[in-house]
Amino acid sequence: MPSSPPWWRDRRVIPWLVQGVVGLVVLVVIAFLLGNLVRNLSAAGLLLSWRWLGQPAGFDLSESVLPFNAELPYWRALMAGLVNTLRAVAIGLVGSTLLGTLLGMAAFSSNGLLRRLAVVYVEVIRNIPLLLQLVFWYFVVFLSLPNGTDALQFPGVVLAKSGFYAAGFEQGHWHGPALINGVWHAPLRLSVELTALLTGLIAYTSAFIAEVVRGGIASVAKGQWEAAASLGLHWSITLRRVVLPQALRVIIPGLNSQYIGLAKNSSLAVAVGYTDLYSVAETTLNQTGRAVEVILLLLGAYLVIDLLISAVMNGLNRLVQIRER
Amino acid sequence: MAPLHRRLLAAPLLMALLLGGCASEGGGSGGATGVQSQKLDTVRGRGKLICGVDGKLPGFSFVESSGSYSGLDVDICKAVAAAVVDDPNKIEYRDLNSSERFAALASGEIDLLSRNTTMTLSRDAAGGNGLSFAPTTFYDGQGVMVPVASGVKTLKDLAGKPICVESGTTTELNLADRMREIKAAYTPLKFQTGDQTYTAYLGGRCVAVTSDRSQLAAKRTSFPDPQAHLLLDEVLSKEPLTPATVNGDPAWADAVRWTIFGLFQAEELGITKANVAAKVAEAKANPNLADLRRFLGVEGDFGKQLGLPPDFVVKAVSAVGNYGEIFERNVGQESKLKLARGLNRQWKDGGLIYSPPFR
Repeated sequence: MPSSPPWWRDRRVIPWLVQGVVGLVVLVVIAFLLGNLVRNLSAAGLLLSWRWLGQPAGFDLSESVLPFNAELPYWRALMAGLVNTLRAVAIGLVGSTLLGTLLGMAAFSSNGLLRRLAVVYVEVIRNIPLLLQLVFWYFVVFLSLPNGTDALQFPGVVLAKSGFYAAGFEQGHWHGPALINGVWHAPLRLSVELTALLTGLIAYTSAFIAEVVRGGIASVAKGQWEAAASLGLHWSITLRRVVLPQALRVIIPGLNSQYIGLAKNSSLAVAVGYTDLYSVAETTLNQTGRAVEVILLLLGAYLVIDLLISAVMNGLNRLVQIRER
Repeated sequence: MAPLHRRLLAAPLLMALLLGGCASEGGGSGGATGVQSQKLDTVRGRGKLICGVDGKLPGFSFVESSGSYSGLDVDICKAVAAAVVDDPNKIEYRDLNSSERFAALASGEIDLLSRNTTMTLSRDAAGGNGLSFAPTTFYDGQGVMVPVASGVKTLKDLAGKPICVESGTTTELNLADRMREIKAAYTPLKFQTGDQTYTAYLGGRCVAVTSDRSQLAAKRTSFPDPQAHLLLDEVLSKEPLTPATVNGDPAWADAVRWTIFGLFQAEELGITKANVAAKVAEAKANPNLADLRRFLGVEGDFGKQLGLPPDFVVKAVSAVGNYGEIFERNVGQESKLKLARGLNRQWKDGGLIYSPPFR
């Protein structure tokens, strides 16, 4: 009769035992850290409290998509900052994807000049720190733009020191930028801070996206190009109809981390005076002194934004993967 | 670069709170003889003072072309270093911006914050920033600077216009309050550092820049054309610029407080950097000058009660001179700023500089 081994040598028990011990150690460490946090915070008279969120903020924001004034509470200010961040991230994502894809495709162009320009762009932009580029765009480029009648005017678009103005529909009619009493008005207006931030973010991220796209295209077997060419397809049709759909499988996971990077980099907005979540949080922190709470909120907000981007991209990734039958 | 560094500042604070034991217990008993102060011991043991300053504000704290720091805020650091570690040059300066200054103090990275910081209730209160403020070293008010060419004469003229302001300052709040009072909409453009704020202003992004009047006057001296900029007459607020220490170490706070009062009192008694040695000799020779003897540590145990050397006032005044000398040298008539003493005169002359008795 086969005697069963004692429990401490049982193959079915040991893994559970080990997992349990590790789990317990992790729990104890977390409990120790949290206990210490609470003890030290209360010793410093800084026990976590969220009541300040309901108090009037008392400061104004230079721009906000949500309506905001100084009498509204802190949480509304933080929400306004969050929406401003999301706005910059959303425009940044679209812009850098378009520009990055074009640049990545240009690297395979039959036009040698275009090919080399794309390489030079990528190498120059991605090797200069983003902060430096933002400061350059804002303080050197945009703040030296002229104002009023001297502003740079293109059909439907005006670039002035006070901001970026573009034509659009307003009350059912098409309106271009117009100068009224020395101040530009237009249906679409971006402050010069947001314009500088977007320019910097898009220029920087598109260089990385270009490399991801280039890598994706390069991963498609040479035979695919040759097959398309033998059918007499034009270079651009080959790229769009034959190569890119296959390259997407390689590109999308790489894009994911670039998108997340862009969302996080948007917090550098504070360097160019754009009122993003980080900028509002910093003012809030200084006014309330609730450093730990504000930092926790910030950490949470950026984590959620990035996880959302990740979730969407992972869903997209599943869509383009080869389904084996 | 800087913003990353800044964001990381909060991390050690959180880490310290997570991992730190509760070492701050104990003490308490501190009678007349045994002065118990962790900070005082730390500073003395280290042999140098770590002082948080602005570092970019002429007249208050500025790095000279020789690489040394100078200014009113810096001289306060020097006076404290002279009193505590007996050498005004044994100081490590930390340049801090307005957002990182309180975290640096709370985490113990700096011993003393001498960085044109306005004393306010919420910064003092334990439930707020929890600082411990020393005596005010400069009574200031918030002002607004505009280009002369803009034609702006009063605050009302700024309605609907962009105004540059440094974020994380009381300035930011006062501006919001005053503009709300006069019902003028405006656009506050907030920047993280003074450099960015003034660069944006000089770049023409804002019609005005607002800050403490002394700071505006100081910054204006470094503009390409100082004459092209004008300080509006309106004063938006009270800004008592005050050095601060961390809450919860009263002995260290007292040592800093009375060193600064010593500088005030020295001016009142006519003791200067030049004549302090002669005054000590005079006090030693004449036992009837009881007040002076106590003040200069020739008799009594004032220094000991604070945990400082008996002649800490002498050391401080020999290092930087009395308050009046510090003022004139850094921001007054002997400086580029040429600020009038104004509220910063001695109380006998109608100002607010007043030392409680050394008794």
